[in-house]
Amino acid sequence: MSNLKKITSNQLFIPLMALILLAVINLINDPGFFKVTLGTNNAGYPVLSGYLITILDYGSELGILAIGMTLVTAASGGQDISVGATIAIAGSAMLRVLCGGNSRPETIQAPIIVAFLVACVVGMLCGAFNGALVALFKIQPMIATLILFTAGRSIAAWINNNELPIVPDPKFSYFGGFIPGIPIPTTVFIVAICIVIIALVLKFTNLGLYTQAVGINESSSRLNGINPTLIKFISFVILGLCVAVAALIKVSRLSTINYSVIAKDIEMDAILAVALGGNSLSGGKFNMWSSILGAYVIQFLTTTLYKFNVQSDALAAYKAVVVILLVVFSAPTVRDYMAQLFKKVPFMRKEAA
Amino acid sequence: MMKRVLAVLMASAMTLSLVACGSAAPASSGSAPASSGGKIKVGIINNDPNESGYRTANDADLKAKFTEANGYEASFAYSLKNDEQIQYAQNFIQDEVDYLLLSAADTAGWDSVLKDAQAAGVKVILFDRTIDADPSLYEASIVSDMAKEGQTAVDWLAGQNLSEYNVIHIQGVMGSAAQQGRSGALDAKVAAESNWNIVKQQTAEWNAEKAQQIVQSVIDAGTPFNVIYAENDDMAKGAVAALDAAGISHGVGKDVVVMGFDCNKWALEELLAQNWNYDGQCNPFQSSYIDDIIKKLEAGETLSEKTIIMDEKGFDATTITQDDVDNYGI
Repeated sequence: MSNLKKITSNQLFIPLMALILLAVINLINDPGFFKVTLGTNNAGYPVLSGYLITILDYGSELGILAIGMTLVTAASGGQDISVGATIAIAGSAMLRVLCGGNSRPETIQAPIIVAFLVACVVGMLCGAFNGALVALFKIQPMIATLILFTAGRSIAAWINNNELPIVPDPKFSYFGGFIPGIPIPTTVFIVAICIVIIALVLKFTNLGLYTQAVGINESSSRLNGINPTLIKFISFVILGLCVAVAALIKVSRLSTINYSVIAKDIEMDAILAVALGGNSLSGGKFNMWSSILGAYVIQFLTTTLYKFNVQSDALAAYKAVVVILLVVFSAPTVRDYMAQLFKKVPFMRKEAA
Repeated sequence: MMKRVLAVLMASAMTLSLVACGSAAPASSGSAPASSGGKIKVGIINNDPNESGYRTANDADLKAKFTEANGYEASFAYSLKNDEQIQYAQNFIQDEVDYLLLSAADTAGWDSVLKDAQAAGVKVILFDRTIDADPSLYEASIVSDMAKEGQTAVDWLAGQNLSEYNVIHIQGVMGSAAQQGRSGALDAKVAAESNWNIVKQQTAEWNAEKAQQIVQSVIDAGTPFNVIYAENDDMAKGAVAALDAAGISHGVGKDVVVMGFDCNKWALEELLAQNWNYDGQCNPFQSSYIDDIIKKLEAGETLSEKTIIMDEKGFDATTITQDDVDNYGI
């Protein structure tokens, strides 16, 4: 009994259960779902393919965003709804640097690393803007980020004079595709690097502890010498950095950008990943790993729904069902009821015996 | 206290910017009546130019035509929202423009403002999109025939004489005129012919990434297909990215036939390189048609027809030339 309780109360329980449920449904429906094959792409290099690879590949952006979103949620007790729009801004800035303001250049005008660093700065500035509104002016995070959510895509279009540049260098497409000779999608490595970095940061700095302290009780953490304003601000800047990395992948996938649709509605998926990870959306304690797992569960769900031929404009409805289930199961009244039910079960068994 | 001050500040900033936006269009012509000197005043209401490459080309075309040098005094206003567009229209009417050119965001809700225009003697010309209003309320409408675009594309595909057509059909935003027209022709053909099958029919909402995922899902499932019918170029590009990653050849004489719409310049270049097979045009260059109509109306002529459907081509990768790319690419 105590073991069962231990397992169910673990934060990884919800996303893992969801993952297993999805895996079982797919296994019953089509055992071929888990088949991974090694083929060659049109450039003649070996690549792995299959549904699992697709999930790992397309879930990358969401996994990276979940890192930042978890910190923002924990520290500020609110969510950033501008990540999709800031991906457009950071991606647009990256293309502006790469193409030098010309929408159809013959060669790239600056090294990719420079463009990426510029995008990082732009992403962090957007994060700093949101962070300043939330931390300094004490505006509700959702309202503060509504500004960039509304204006972001227009700003992105303005950066490139309303043109849609195309990056001519095939090397740029490696980030969202495959590096020649390596059969695993590059995005998997990018996510792995991000996870290692955040793991090191959480292990060797007080960021995790301070963030939780601020999220649980702001004034008592201030009395203990933590600066809540700074912590909230930093969490938004880190999210801005995650946005820049996600923008690199998004833009690289097709070597171009479309301001009105790039990363559309990704903010809702990122928030859902945090919720699915069992984290409280009102701040406080968090588990980074279950958020990241939650992100891949969402992509698993998306890929499964595509496989079952669900119309893609109906995907949101299925995700809404997940949200409803999550909200219901995390509600205190339901939890109490479930706990009582668990207590009753062994008792009834004893009587039967 | 801090919050209240901030709220007031933001509210006033918003109001200011609204005023700025609202007056930006008419302001340029505010003092015009005295100084217009024979120039024709036109108010142009369009959708946001960064909606798509099509709209960007459309806006640039209008801006190039309605210049002072061509005898026009033009004011532009942009919005993707119908109510804002109606607001702009009212401003233009108060501003006594001679012609109101309109690409409406939504088909409904235009009757009363167009009646105001008629009462004020403002002539209305619709371009690009039609509206649900009495035809007597406007002089002319210049539109694309989306159903014909779809039919041209499907006829071309039928002309390829493949022994079997296994089509991945990637649709635009459901319910939009472009989606309905371009889907209609293909649906009819698939229903009529026994060797035409739909492998997958999905909306990618004009989004390249979604198209990539949809095609990826078909590839992962191992279902055979030999045609990709994408309702715009962006989605065709996403689909091709998925094909490339999976090592499936596409283009002229290859395994998969790739079809797109809108004739973006980069897409026509893909045709020229024979990576894609077909691209259907959706003509954004309406300004010369509008110019023609205004000239006729100014000369007192009557128009022979109210609805003008523009010429639209379909390009085949085997016959396209560099000239086509330069002339028709947007």
